[in-house]
Amino acid sequence: MNAIVLAIIGMIVFALGYRYYSKLIAEKIFRLDPNYVTPAHRYQDDVDFVPTNKFVLWGHHFTSVAGAAPIVGPAIAVYWGWLPAFLWVILGTIFAAGVHDFGTLALSVRHKGQSVGTLAHRLIGQRAKILFLFIILILVLMVNAVFAWVISNLFIQFPASVLPVFIQIPLAIWIGHAVYKRKQKMLIPSLIALAVMYGVAVLSSEISFLQIDLVRYMGGEAGTGLFGLGAVSTAFFIWIVILMIYVYIASVLPVWKLLQPRDFINSHQLVVGLGILYLGLLFVNPKITAPMTNVVSDVSWFPLLFITIACGAISGFHGLVSSGTSSKQLNNETDARFVGYFGAVGEGILALISIIAVITFFPNKEAFSASYSSFAAASAGGLGNFVQGASNLAMGLGIPTSISTTIVSIIVVSFAATTLDSSLRLMRYIISELGVEYKMPVLEKKHVATSTAVLASAALVLLPKGPQGFGSGGYLLWPLFGTANQLLAGISLLLISIWLKRLGRNYLVTLIPMVFVMFMTLWAMFQQVIFEWSWMGTGSNMLLFILGAIIFVFAIWITLTAISALAGKSDRKI
Amino acid sequence: MIHQIKALIHWYEEVLSLPHRREIASELRNEDDLFLLLLYSEMIGIPNPAYYYTLELYPYILEKFHDWHLRMGMEKSPLSGFRCC
Repeated sequence: MNAIVLAIIGMIVFALGYRYYSKLIAEKIFRLDPNYVTPAHRYQDDVDFVPTNKFVLWGHHFTSVAGAAPIVGPAIAVYWGWLPAFLWVILGTIFAAGVHDFGTLALSVRHKGQSVGTLAHRLIGQRAKILFLFIILILVLMVNAVFAWVISNLFIQFPASVLPVFIQIPLAIWIGHAVYKRKQKMLIPSLIALAVMYGVAVLSSEISFLQIDLVRYMGGEAGTGLFGLGAVSTAFFIWIVILMIYVYIASVLPVWKLLQPRDFINSHQLVVGLGILYLGLLFVNPKITAPMTNVVSDVSWFPLLFITIACGAISGFHGLVSSGTSSKQLNNETDARFVGYFGAVGEGILALISIIAVITFFPNKEAFSASYSSFAAASAGGLGNFVQGASNLAMGLGIPTSISTTIVSIIVVSFAATTLDSSLRLMRYIISELGVEYKMPVLEKKHVATSTAVLASAALVLLPKGPQGFGSGGYLLWPLFGTANQLLAGISLLLISIWLKRLGRNYLVTLIPMVFVMFMTLWAMFQQVIFEWSWMGTGSNMLLFILGAIIFVFAIWITLTAISALAGKSDRKI
Repeated sequence: MIHQIKALIHWYEEVLSLPHRREIASELRNEDDLFLLLLYSEMIGIPNPAYYYTLELYPYILEKFHDWHLRMGMEKSPLSGFRCC
């Protein structure tokens, strides 16, 4: 089968979902009212509450939620064949992610633009606030560790991408200065920055001494590095340390200096990336070489698929963006459908091209099976396969493989780096807030909170040992990241269900995805914690066991709260 | 056609600048908040020799003052003897 057919089927289903299902929810369930005065108008302060055109708001919402996660998850999940991943992305986007993102936006708009965290606090009380903070803390800790591993892994696999990625830092500082100090418009400087980055990418792809290949410097994979470690282990260690120093600095700088200008460049990269891949797909018209379903003996697709693909099918992080910023900027309540639901569809489109890039990359089924020989191999190599598959698609536009591989890896690294920047900053804020909550004023200090965040993340990413040694096992954390993310989505869907129930509306549209997501998360976590990571498991690992057990207990707690709240036993109002 | 391209560029520019504007406005508001705190520092027990004069500004910044004390976590105005909310 040709991959274009898959893309067209996906697009048609997305279009139908948006056209009919979201319309049904908007009109019959949420009953969006064009005359309702949104928080953006009611509390307009031109800082947080700003009425914004729906297309602009959608663009901002989409660029905030789209990152490396909808690329990594599907690239791993095709291990079970392309059909399960494809179906979960398509159906998940339509029935879970769309409803979740749209629902959190509508819920927040009807509650003074408050975030899901505040609404959970009102429903369950002070305990919920702490619980919520801990879940977000675990989520961002996973994000830091996983994305630090993702970047290090790509730097080792594609050394030509290192220089252009580091060039982005001074370029971003220059843009920040130009826009903030000299009041220039941001489009032209950020386009110049992109051109410089890709120019350097072309040079570094062709000239080998511009490729910063730490493994080669230490005499190849068989060579020895520092402290008696292997070359690959040392390379992982060095890149993770450099990244952690970088995020430390980035996290304590004012956002306009580095974080925001990076976002400007990355918005272009998102457009360029999606454009190149979908246009390339049209020109190359590749055949799907991966099997439709892949029978495996180590890890069953059910239920692990549902936490392997988190972003791209459903993601709790989106609810934080929907209810945190977008709801305060909604001009008209009816715009919530376009911004929320269509934002999730955008993410689904990104996940879809990730699946297509991987399943068309291999020359035949045997090559696929050799690369995806086990779940561990899929997790470790999935992203590399995406980069190479995507560069195959880009070749359709006449871009040579070496250059397109570098550019695709730069795009993925940039997404991951921005996510890392923001999540470390978020982690710093949460640690400070926990310091206030538990009366530990020392944690409120900027550098103490940042150091704690950096050290915890670095320890987490370095500890699991992968097949290539120290630090290469960061991918083991991926299921934990998926679980924490799904747990957050479960809480948000629960809040929307309770709200709808109190209004006397049909709440099955949010309850069913909530039950599904929570059930899959609990089951997958139970399997991983007991049969994989515990002392009885095949891949016994105390660190993962403890983290997994904490998340598992949180999930149980939330489920019990959900049952109690939905049964109407809680007298709290939201 | 040119019109549409211009509209597209305008949209793109707006998407890029939306968070930036928000961030700048937020930083400016923080500075303003600090300034108001300095103006009315007597309320929290910090002696301010200019308090008598800064209080004269109060009628002119009534609405701003109300938003400020809400943002500072005070549900009611901290000024006794003056009507605010």
